[in-house]
Amino acid sequence: MDRKLANEEALKRLQDSEVYLVGAGKAIDVVPGMKKNLILHAGPPVTWEKMCGPMQGAVIGALIYEGMAKDEESARKLAASGEIEFEPNHHHQSVCPMACVMSASMPVFIMENKKYGNFSYTNMNEGLGKCLRFGAFGDSVIERLHWMEDEMYPVLKEAIELSGGIDWKALVIQALQMGDDCHNRNRAATAMFAKIIGQYLSKVNADKEKISKVFEFINGNEHFTINITMAMCKAITDAAHNIPGSTIVTAMARNGVEFGIRVSGLGDEWFTAPANTPKGLFFPGFTQEDANPDIGDSTITETTGIGGFAMAGAPAIVAFVGGTYKDAVNFTLEMYEITGAENKNFKIPTLDFRGTPTGIDVVKVLETGLVPRINTGMAHKEPGVGQVGAGLVTAPMECFKKAARYMVEKGLNK
Amino acid sequence: MKKVNDIFGKELKVLNIGLEQFYEDLKSQDIKAIQMDWRPPAGGDSEAADLLAALLG
Repeated sequence: MDRKLANEEALKRLQDSEVYLVGAGKAIDVVPGMKKNLILHAGPPVTWEKMCGPMQGAVIGALIYEGMAKDEESARKLAASGEIEFEPNHHHQSVCPMACVMSASMPVFIMENKKYGNFSYTNMNEGLGKCLRFGAFGDSVIERLHWMEDEMYPVLKEAIELSGGIDWKALVIQALQMGDDCHNRNRAATAMFAKIIGQYLSKVNADKEKISKVFEFINGNEHFTINITMAMCKAITDAAHNIPGSTIVTAMARNGVEFGIRVSGLGDEWFTAPANTPKGLFFPGFTQEDANPDIGDSTITETTGIGGFAMAGAPAIVAFVGGTYKDAVNFTLEMYEITGAENKNFKIPTLDFRGTPTGIDVVKVLETGLVPRINTGMAHKEPGVGQVGAGLVTAPMECFKKAARYMVEKGLNK
Repeated sequence: MKKVNDIFGKELKVLNIGLEQFYEDLKSQDIKAIQMDWRPPAGGDSEAADLLAALLG
Protein backbone atom coordinates (compact mmCIF):
# COMPACT_ATOMS: atom_id res chain seq x y z
CA MET A 1 0.00 0.00 0.00
CA ASP A 2 1.13 3.57 -0.62
CA ARG A 3 2.90 4.88 2.49
CA LYS A 4 0.62 7.90 2.85
CA LEU A 5 -2.56 5.81 2.64
CA ALA A 6 -1.11 3.13 4.92
CA ASN A 7 -0.19 5.72 7.53
CA GLU A 8 -3.62 7.34 7.30
CA GLU A 9 -5.17 3.95 8.06
CA ALA A 10 -2.81 3.37 11.01
CA LEU A 11 -3.53 6.85 12.40
CA LYS A 12 -7.27 6.28 11.99
CA ARG A 13 -7.07 3.04 13.98
CA LEU A 14 -4.96 4.70 16.67
CA GLN A 15 -7.76 7.22 17.15
CA ASP A 16 -10.93 5.23 16.44
CA SER A 17 -10.23 2.35 18.82
CA GLU A 18 -12.70 2.01 21.68
CA VAL A 19 -11.14 0.11 24.58
CA TYR A 20 -12.96 -1.22 27.64
CA LEU A 21 -11.76 -2.91 30.83
CA VAL A 22 -13.92 -6.01 30.52
CA GLY A 23 -12.63 -8.44 33.11
CA ALA A 24 -9.88 -10.08 35.11
CA GLY A 25 -8.43 -13.58 35.06
CA LYS A 26 -5.38 -15.63 35.91
CA ALA A 27 -2.63 -15.27 33.29
CA ILE A 28 -2.51 -19.03 32.73
CA ASP A 29 -6.24 -19.03 31.88
CA VAL A 30 -6.52 -15.94 29.68
CA VAL A 31 -3.18 -14.73 28.28
CA PRO A 32 -2.59 -16.33 24.85
CA GLY A 33 0.25 -18.86 24.93
CA MET A 34 0.88 -18.58 28.68
CA LYS A 35 2.21 -21.74 30.34
CA LYS A 36 3.59 -22.70 33.73
CA ASN A 37 7.27 -22.55 32.78
CA LEU A 38 6.94 -19.29 30.82
CA ILE A 39 7.83 -15.86 32.17
CA LEU A 40 6.87 -12.82 30.15
CA HIS A 41 9.06 -9.72 30.42
CA ALA A 42 9.08 -6.11 29.27
CA GLY A 43 10.76 -4.90 26.12
CA PRO A 44 12.29 -6.74 23.18
CA PRO A 45 13.54 -10.36 23.62
CA VAL A 46 16.32 -10.93 26.15
CA THR A 47 17.90 -14.03 27.68
CA TRP A 48 18.30 -14.63 31.42
CA GLU A 49 22.06 -14.14 31.13
CA LYS A 50 21.70 -10.74 29.45
CA MET A 51 18.87 -9.41 31.66
CA CYS A 52 19.62 -6.33 33.78
CA GLY A 53 19.65 -6.52 37.59
CA PRO A 54 16.07 -5.40 38.28
CA MET A 55 14.61 -7.75 35.65
CA GLN A 56 16.57 -10.68 37.09
CA GLY A 57 15.25 -9.59 40.50
CA ALA A 58 11.67 -9.70 39.19
CA VAL A 59 12.22 -13.16 37.69
CA ILE A 60 13.63 -14.38 41.02
CA GLY A 61 10.57 -12.96 42.78
CA ALA A 62 8.16 -14.54 40.28
CA LEU A 63 9.76 -17.98 40.68
CA ILE A 64 9.53 -17.71 44.49
CA TYR A 65 5.91 -16.47 44.21
CA GLU A 66 5.01 -19.39 41.92
CA GLY A 67 6.49 -21.83 44.46
CA MET A 68 9.05 -22.99 41.89
CA ALA A 69 12.00 -21.77 43.99
CA LYS A 70 12.43 -21.31 47.74
CA ASP A 71 15.01 -18.54 47.73
CA GLU A 72 17.21 -16.32 45.55
CA GLU A 73 19.89 -18.96 45.03
CA SER A 74 17.52 -21.70 43.88
CA ALA A 75 15.61 -19.21 41.73
CA ARG A 76 18.81 -18.13 39.97
CA LYS A 77 19.73 -21.77 39.36
CA LEU A 78 16.29 -22.55 37.93
CA ALA A 79 16.25 -19.41 35.72
CA ALA A 80 19.63 -20.37 34.24
CA SER A 81 18.76 -24.08 33.83
CA GLY A 82 16.88 -23.72 30.55
CA GLU A 83 13.66 -25.09 32.11
CA ILE A 84 12.15 -21.62 32.23
CA GLU A 85 11.28 -19.89 28.97
CA PHE A 86 11.41 -16.10 28.61
CA GLU A 87 9.43 -14.13 26.03
CA PRO A 88 8.34 -10.50 25.66
CA ASN A 89 4.90 -9.50 26.97
CA HIS A 90 4.34 -7.94 23.56
CA HIS A 91 4.40 -11.39 21.92
CA HIS A 92 1.38 -12.33 24.05
CA GLN A 93 -0.87 -9.27 23.59
CA SER A 94 0.38 -8.04 26.97
CA VAL A 95 2.31 -5.22 28.59
CA CYS A 96 3.85 -4.74 32.05
CA PRO A 97 5.51 -1.64 33.52
CA MET A 98 9.19 -1.35 34.48
CA ALA A 99 11.00 -4.61 35.32
CA CYS A 100 7.78 -6.40 36.15
CA VAL A 101 7.31 -9.87 34.74
CA MET A 102 4.16 -11.90 34.25
CA SER A 103 3.97 -15.51 35.45
CA ALA A 104 1.21 -18.11 35.20
CA SER A 105 -0.60 -17.53 38.51
CA MET A 106 -0.67 -13.76 38.38
CA PRO A 107 -4.07 -12.11 38.07
CA VAL A 108 -4.38 -9.87 35.02
CA PHE A 109 -6.78 -7.26 33.70
CA ILE A 110 -8.48 -7.99 30.37
CA MET A 111 -9.06 -5.16 27.88
CA GLU A 112 -11.21 -5.35 24.75
CA ASN A 113 -10.88 -3.09 21.72
CA LYS A 114 -14.55 -3.09 20.81
CA LYS A 115 -13.98 -1.27 17.52
CA TYR A 116 -11.43 -3.72 16.09
CA GLY A 117 -12.17 -6.84 18.15
CA ASN A 118 -8.74 -7.48 19.71
CA PHE A 119 -7.85 -8.07 23.38
CA SER A 120 -4.90 -7.14 25.59
CA TYR A 121 -3.69 -8.02 29.11
CA THR A 122 -1.65 -6.60 31.98
CA ASN A 123 -0.87 -7.54 35.55
CA MET A 124 -2.06 -5.54 38.56
CA ASN A 125 -0.08 -2.63 40.01
CA GLU A 126 1.64 -3.23 43.36
CA GLY A 127 2.36 0.40 44.34
CA LEU A 128 5.68 2.28 44.60
CA GLY A 129 8.98 1.47 46.30
CA LYS A 130 9.80 -2.16 47.01
CA CYS A 131 7.86 -4.00 44.29
CA LEU A 132 8.47 -6.81 41.85
CA ARG A 133 8.19 -4.34 39.01
CA PHE A 134 11.25 -2.50 40.31
CA GLY A 135 13.20 -5.73 40.82
CA ALA A 136 12.53 -6.26 44.54
CA PHE A 137 11.71 -9.78 45.74
CA GLY A 138 11.80 -9.70 49.57
CA ASP A 139 9.18 -11.32 51.81
CA SER A 140 6.95 -8.23 51.81
CA VAL A 141 6.88 -8.24 47.98
CA ILE A 142 5.95 -11.93 47.76
CA GLU A 143 3.33 -11.60 50.54
CA ARG A 144 1.68 -8.69 48.72
CA LEU A 145 1.62 -10.64 45.43
CA HIS A 146 -0.15 -13.52 47.20
CA TRP A 147 -2.65 -11.14 48.81
CA MET A 148 -3.33 -9.64 45.38
CA GLU A 149 -3.97 -13.11 43.92
CA ASP A 150 -5.93 -14.58 46.82
CA GLU A 151 -7.96 -11.63 48.05
CA MET A 152 -7.83 -8.60 45.76
CA TYR A 153 -8.25 -10.41 42.45
CA PRO A 154 -11.52 -12.27 43.20
CA VAL A 155 -13.12 -9.12 44.60
CA LEU A 156 -11.99 -6.92 41.69
CA LYS A 157 -12.98 -9.54 39.12
CA GLU A 158 -16.52 -9.65 40.47
CA ALA A 159 -16.74 -5.85 40.67
CA ILE A 160 -15.62 -5.46 37.05
CA GLU A 161 -18.17 -8.07 35.97
CA LEU A 162 -20.89 -6.23 37.87
CA SER A 163 -19.91 -3.00 36.08
CA GLY A 164 -20.52 -4.59 32.69
CA GLY A 165 -17.17 -3.17 31.52
CA ILE A 166 -15.57 0.22 32.02
CA ASP A 167 -14.96 2.55 29.07
CA TRP A 168 -11.23 3.07 29.67
CA LYS A 169 -10.65 5.42 26.77
CA ALA A 170 -13.33 7.75 28.13
CA LEU A 171 -11.63 7.62 31.52
CA VAL A 172 -8.23 8.51 30.01
CA ILE A 173 -9.75 11.33 27.93
CA GLN A 174 -11.13 12.81 31.16
CA ALA A 175 -7.93 12.22 33.17
CA LEU A 176 -5.95 14.20 30.56
CA GLN A 177 -8.31 17.11 31.27
CA MET A 178 -7.53 16.78 34.98
CA GLY A 179 -3.74 17.09 34.93
CA ASP A 180 -2.65 13.49 34.27
CA ASP A 181 -0.37 12.48 31.43
CA CYS A 182 -1.43 8.88 32.21
CA HIS A 183 2.13 7.56 32.35
CA ASN A 184 3.83 8.99 35.43
CA ARG A 185 0.89 10.99 36.71
CA ASN A 186 -2.20 8.84 37.21
CA ARG A 187 -3.81 10.61 40.15
CA ALA A 188 -6.98 11.66 38.33
CA ALA A 189 -7.37 8.36 36.46
CA THR A 190 -7.00 6.38 39.69
CA ALA A 191 -9.41 8.65 41.56
CA MET A 192 -12.00 8.18 38.81
CA PHE A 193 -11.45 4.42 38.77
CA ALA A 194 -11.87 4.30 42.56
CA LYS A 195 -15.11 6.26 42.20
CA ILE A 196 -16.46 3.99 39.46
CA ILE A 197 -15.36 0.65 40.91
CA GLY A 198 -16.38 1.70 44.43
CA GLN A 199 -20.06 1.49 43.60
CA TYR A 200 -19.63 -2.09 42.37
CA LEU A 201 -17.25 -3.16 45.13
CA SER A 202 -20.06 -2.43 47.57
CA LYS A 203 -22.18 -5.04 45.76
CA VAL A 204 -19.54 -7.78 45.68
CA ASN A 205 -20.46 -10.92 47.58
CA ALA A 206 -17.48 -11.04 49.95
CA ASP A 207 -16.44 -10.23 53.48
CA LYS A 208 -16.71 -6.47 54.12
CA GLU A 209 -13.24 -6.37 55.62
CA LYS A 210 -11.74 -7.84 52.44
CA ILE A 211 -13.63 -5.45 50.21
CA SER A 212 -12.56 -2.53 52.35
CA LYS A 213 -8.90 -3.58 52.10
CA VAL A 214 -9.13 -3.79 48.30
CA PHE A 215 -10.61 -0.30 48.11
CA GLU A 216 -7.94 1.07 50.45
CA PHE A 217 -5.22 -0.52 48.30
CA ILE A 218 -6.54 1.06 45.09
CA ASN A 219 -7.19 4.38 46.76
CA GLY A 220 -3.76 4.42 48.41
CA ASN A 221 -1.79 3.93 45.21
CA GLU A 222 -2.12 6.81 42.77
CA HIS A 223 -0.42 4.72 40.07
CA PHE A 224 -2.86 1.81 40.34
CA THR A 225 -4.32 2.52 36.91
CA ILE A 226 -1.07 2.83 34.93
CA ASN A 227 -1.12 -0.88 34.05
CA ILE A 228 -4.71 -0.68 32.81
CA THR A 229 -3.98 2.43 30.74
CA MET A 230 -0.93 0.69 29.27
CA ALA A 231 -3.10 -2.29 28.31
CA MET A 232 -5.59 0.12 26.71
CA CYS A 233 -2.70 1.51 24.66
CA LYS A 234 -1.61 -2.01 23.72
CA ALA A 235 -5.13 -2.82 22.47
CA ILE A 236 -5.07 0.42 20.44
CA THR A 237 -1.59 -0.01 18.93
CA ASP A 238 -2.17 -3.69 18.11
CA ALA A 239 -5.18 -2.60 16.05
CA ALA A 240 -2.90 -0.26 14.08
CA HIS A 241 -0.22 -2.94 13.57
CA ASN A 242 0.44 -4.94 10.39
CA ILE A 243 -0.69 -2.37 7.82
CA PRO A 244 1.60 -2.99 4.83
CA GLY A 245 3.61 0.09 3.84
CA SER A 246 2.95 1.99 7.08
CA THR A 247 5.91 3.65 8.81
CA ILE A 248 3.94 4.39 12.00
CA VAL A 249 5.49 2.98 15.19
CA THR A 250 3.18 0.52 16.98
CA ALA A 251 5.37 -0.42 19.95
CA MET A 252 8.25 1.08 21.92
CA ALA A 253 9.50 -1.03 24.82
CA ARG A 254 12.64 -1.52 26.89
CA ASN A 255 14.08 -4.52 28.70
CA GLY A 256 16.59 -2.52 30.75
CA VAL A 257 19.41 -3.32 28.33
CA GLU A 258 17.91 -2.55 24.93
CA PHE A 259 15.23 -0.20 23.64
CA GLY A 260 13.11 -1.74 20.88
CA ILE A 261 10.50 -0.51 18.44
CA ARG A 262 8.03 -2.24 16.15
CA VAL A 263 6.60 -0.59 13.05
CA SER A 264 3.13 -1.18 11.62
CA GLY A 265 4.29 -2.20 8.14
CA LEU A 266 7.27 -4.27 9.27
CA GLY A 267 5.56 -7.22 10.95
CA ASP A 268 6.78 -8.55 14.27
CA GLU A 269 10.42 -7.55 13.78
CA TRP A 270 12.07 -5.60 16.65
CA PHE A 271 14.53 -2.80 15.90
CA THR A 272 16.78 -2.38 18.90
CA ALA A 273 19.61 -0.26 20.28
CA PRO A 274 21.20 0.13 23.73
CA ALA A 275 18.73 1.79 26.12
CA ASN A 276 19.54 5.26 27.45
CA THR A 277 19.52 5.95 31.20
CA PRO A 278 16.84 8.37 32.50
CA LYS A 279 17.83 11.54 34.35
CA GLY A 280 15.50 12.99 36.95
CA LEU A 281 14.61 13.12 40.64
CA PHE A 282 15.70 10.52 43.18
CA PHE A 283 14.17 9.23 46.39
CA PRO A 284 16.22 10.09 49.51
CA GLY A 285 19.43 8.06 49.67
CA PHE A 286 19.72 7.36 45.94
CA THR A 287 21.65 9.07 43.14
CA GLN A 288 22.04 8.91 39.36
CA GLU A 289 24.70 6.23 39.87
CA ASP A 290 22.02 3.86 41.18
CA ALA A 291 19.73 4.14 38.14
CA ASN A 292 19.27 1.26 35.73
CA PRO A 293 18.97 2.06 32.01
CA ASP A 294 15.47 2.68 30.67
CA ILE A 295 13.12 -0.26 31.32
CA GLY A 296 9.50 -1.38 30.87
CA ASP A 297 6.64 -1.59 28.39
CA SER A 298 5.12 1.69 29.60
CA THR A 299 6.40 3.55 26.51
CA ILE A 300 3.30 2.09 24.87
CA THR A 301 1.66 5.24 26.30
CA GLU A 302 3.91 7.58 24.27
CA THR A 303 3.38 5.29 21.25
CA THR A 304 -0.36 6.01 21.61
CA GLY A 305 0.06 9.78 22.04
CA ILE A 306 -0.17 10.18 25.82
CA GLY A 307 2.48 9.99 28.59
CA GLY A 308 5.54 12.08 27.71
CA PHE A 309 3.77 13.27 24.57
CA ALA A 310 1.00 14.83 26.72
CA MET A 311 3.27 16.35 29.39
CA ALA A 312 2.18 19.89 28.49
CA GLY A 313 -1.18 19.02 30.04
CA ALA A 314 0.30 17.66 33.26
CA PRO A 315 2.11 20.58 34.97
CA ALA A 316 2.43 18.82 38.32
CA ILE A 317 4.35 15.92 36.79
CA VAL A 318 7.62 17.87 36.86
CA ALA A 319 7.61 17.51 40.65
CA PHE A 320 7.92 13.73 40.11
CA VAL A 321 10.13 13.42 37.02
CA GLY A 322 12.16 16.65 37.19
CA GLY A 323 12.58 19.60 34.83
CA THR A 324 10.36 22.66 34.57
CA TYR A 325 6.83 23.15 33.26
CA LYS A 326 8.32 24.99 30.27
CA ASP A 327 10.33 21.83 29.52
CA ALA A 328 7.12 19.78 29.65
CA VAL A 329 5.43 22.12 27.15
CA ASN A 330 8.46 22.05 24.86
CA PHE A 331 8.57 18.24 24.97
CA THR A 332 4.98 18.02 23.77
CA LEU A 333 5.46 20.71 21.09
CA GLU A 334 8.53 18.92 19.75
CA MET A 335 6.64 15.65 19.43
CA TYR A 336 4.22 17.22 16.93
CA GLU A 337 7.17 17.26 14.53
CA ILE A 338 7.58 13.47 14.50
CA THR A 339 3.94 12.37 14.63
CA GLY A 340 1.26 12.00 11.99
CA ALA A 341 -1.85 13.28 13.77
CA GLU A 342 -3.24 15.53 16.47
CA ASN A 343 -5.42 13.17 18.45
CA LYS A 344 -9.13 13.78 18.06
CA ASN A 345 -9.89 12.31 21.50
CA PHE A 346 -6.87 12.94 23.73
CA LYS A 347 -6.67 16.72 24.25
CA ILE A 348 -4.34 19.08 26.09
CA PRO A 349 -6.28 21.81 27.95
CA THR A 350 -3.16 23.95 28.48
CA LEU A 351 -2.57 24.07 24.71
CA ASP A 352 -6.10 25.30 23.97
CA PHE A 353 -7.32 21.70 23.79
CA ARG A 354 -4.99 20.80 20.96
CA GLY A 355 -4.98 17.04 20.28
CA THR A 356 -1.94 15.18 21.60
CA PRO A 357 0.82 14.35 19.11
CA THR A 358 -0.10 10.84 17.97
CA GLY A 359 1.47 8.21 15.74
CA ILE A 360 5.27 8.37 15.61
CA ASP A 361 6.38 8.20 11.98
CA VAL A 362 9.82 6.67 11.32
CA VAL A 363 10.17 8.97 8.29
CA LYS A 364 9.52 12.09 10.37
CA VAL A 365 12.00 10.97 13.04
CA LEU A 366 14.70 10.61 10.38
CA GLU A 367 13.73 13.84 8.62
CA THR A 368 13.90 15.96 11.78
CA GLY A 369 16.59 14.17 13.74
CA LEU A 370 14.20 14.32 16.72
CA VAL A 371 13.49 11.22 18.81
CA PRO A 372 10.53 10.38 21.05
CA ARG A 373 10.70 11.87 24.55
CA ILE A 374 9.58 9.70 27.43
CA ASN A 375 8.95 10.14 31.15
CA THR A 376 9.55 7.09 33.30
CA GLY A 377 10.14 5.53 36.69
CA MET A 378 13.69 4.49 37.56
CA ALA A 379 14.67 1.12 39.03
CA HIS A 380 17.88 0.44 40.98
CA LYS A 381 20.41 -1.29 38.76
CA GLU A 382 20.94 -4.05 41.32
CA PRO A 383 18.29 -6.76 41.84
CA GLY A 384 16.28 -6.72 45.05
CA VAL A 385 16.37 -2.97 45.78
CA GLY A 386 13.35 -1.42 44.03
CA GLN A 387 12.45 2.03 42.73
CA VAL A 388 14.96 4.87 43.15
CA GLY A 389 13.14 7.74 41.43
CA ALA A 390 11.58 8.98 38.19
CA GLY A 391 12.88 10.99 35.27
CA LEU A 392 13.12 11.77 31.58
CA VAL A 393 14.75 9.86 28.75
CA THR A 394 14.73 9.59 24.96
CA ALA A 395 14.42 6.72 22.49
CA PRO A 396 17.68 5.90 20.65
CA MET A 397 17.80 7.14 17.02
CA GLU A 398 19.46 3.88 15.97
CA CYS A 399 16.14 1.98 16.37
CA PHE A 400 14.53 4.20 13.73
CA LYS A 401 17.51 3.94 11.39
CA LYS A 402 17.41 0.15 11.65
CA ALA A 403 13.69 0.12 10.85
CA ALA A 404 14.26 2.31 7.76
CA ARG A 405 17.19 0.15 6.63
CA TYR A 406 15.08 -3.03 7.04
CA MET A 407 12.23 -1.52 5.05
CA VAL A 408 14.57 -0.61 2.18
CA GLU A 409 16.43 -3.94 2.22
CA LYS A 410 13.21 -5.94 2.16
CA GLY A 411 11.70 -3.72 -0.52
CA LEU A 412 8.76 -2.96 1.78
CA ASN A 413 8.85 0.72 0.80
CA LYS A 414 7.80 -0.01 -2.81
CA MET B 1 30.30 47.25 -3.67
CA LYS B 2 28.54 50.54 -3.26
CA LYS B 3 25.15 48.80 -3.20
CA VAL B 4 26.22 46.48 -0.36
CA ASN B 5 27.45 49.41 1.67
CA ASP B 6 24.03 51.02 1.27
CA ILE B 7 22.62 48.41 3.66
CA PHE B 8 24.57 49.89 6.52
CA GLY B 9 23.08 53.27 5.96
CA LYS B 10 19.58 51.97 6.59
CA GLU B 11 17.81 50.37 9.49
CA LEU B 12 18.81 46.69 9.65
CA LYS B 13 16.07 44.00 9.67
CA VAL B 14 17.64 40.58 10.09
CA LEU B 15 16.31 37.11 9.39
CA ASN B 16 18.64 34.74 11.24
CA ILE B 17 18.94 31.07 10.21
CA GLY B 18 20.97 28.69 12.32
CA LEU B 19 22.68 29.52 15.61
CA GLU B 20 20.18 31.35 17.80
CA GLN B 21 22.96 33.23 19.63
CA PHE B 22 23.36 35.59 16.63
CA TYR B 23 19.66 36.45 16.92
CA GLU B 24 19.98 37.02 20.68
CA ASP B 25 23.00 39.32 20.18
CA LEU B 26 21.15 41.42 17.61
CA LYS B 27 18.07 41.66 19.83
CA SER B 28 20.23 42.81 22.75
CA GLN B 29 21.43 45.68 20.52
CA ASP B 30 17.81 46.64 19.71
CA ILE B 31 18.12 45.49 16.09
CA LYS B 32 14.95 44.09 14.56
CA ALA B 33 15.52 40.37 14.06
CA ILE B 34 13.55 37.21 13.46
CA GLN B 35 14.85 33.73 14.24
CA MET B 36 13.81 31.20 11.60
CA ASP B 37 12.84 27.80 12.98
CA TRP B 38 15.07 25.68 10.79
CA ARG B 39 17.17 22.57 11.14
CA PRO B 40 19.32 20.87 8.53
CA PRO B 41 17.59 17.93 6.80
CA ALA B 42 17.76 14.71 8.85
CA GLY B 43 19.12 16.78 11.73
CA GLY B 44 22.42 17.01 9.86
CA ASP B 45 22.90 13.24 10.10
CA SER B 46 24.19 12.09 6.69
CA GLU B 47 23.43 8.41 7.40
CA ALA B 48 19.80 9.28 8.18
CA ALA B 49 19.65 11.45 5.06
CA ASP B 50 20.89 8.54 2.89
CA LEU B 51 18.35 6.19 4.48
CA LEU B 52 15.57 8.67 3.84
CA ALA B 53 16.58 9.04 0.20
CA ALA B 54 16.53 5.25 -0.23
CA LEU B 55 13.26 4.89 1.69
CA LEU B 56 11.38 7.62 -0.14
CA GLY B 57 13.32 7.03 -3.40
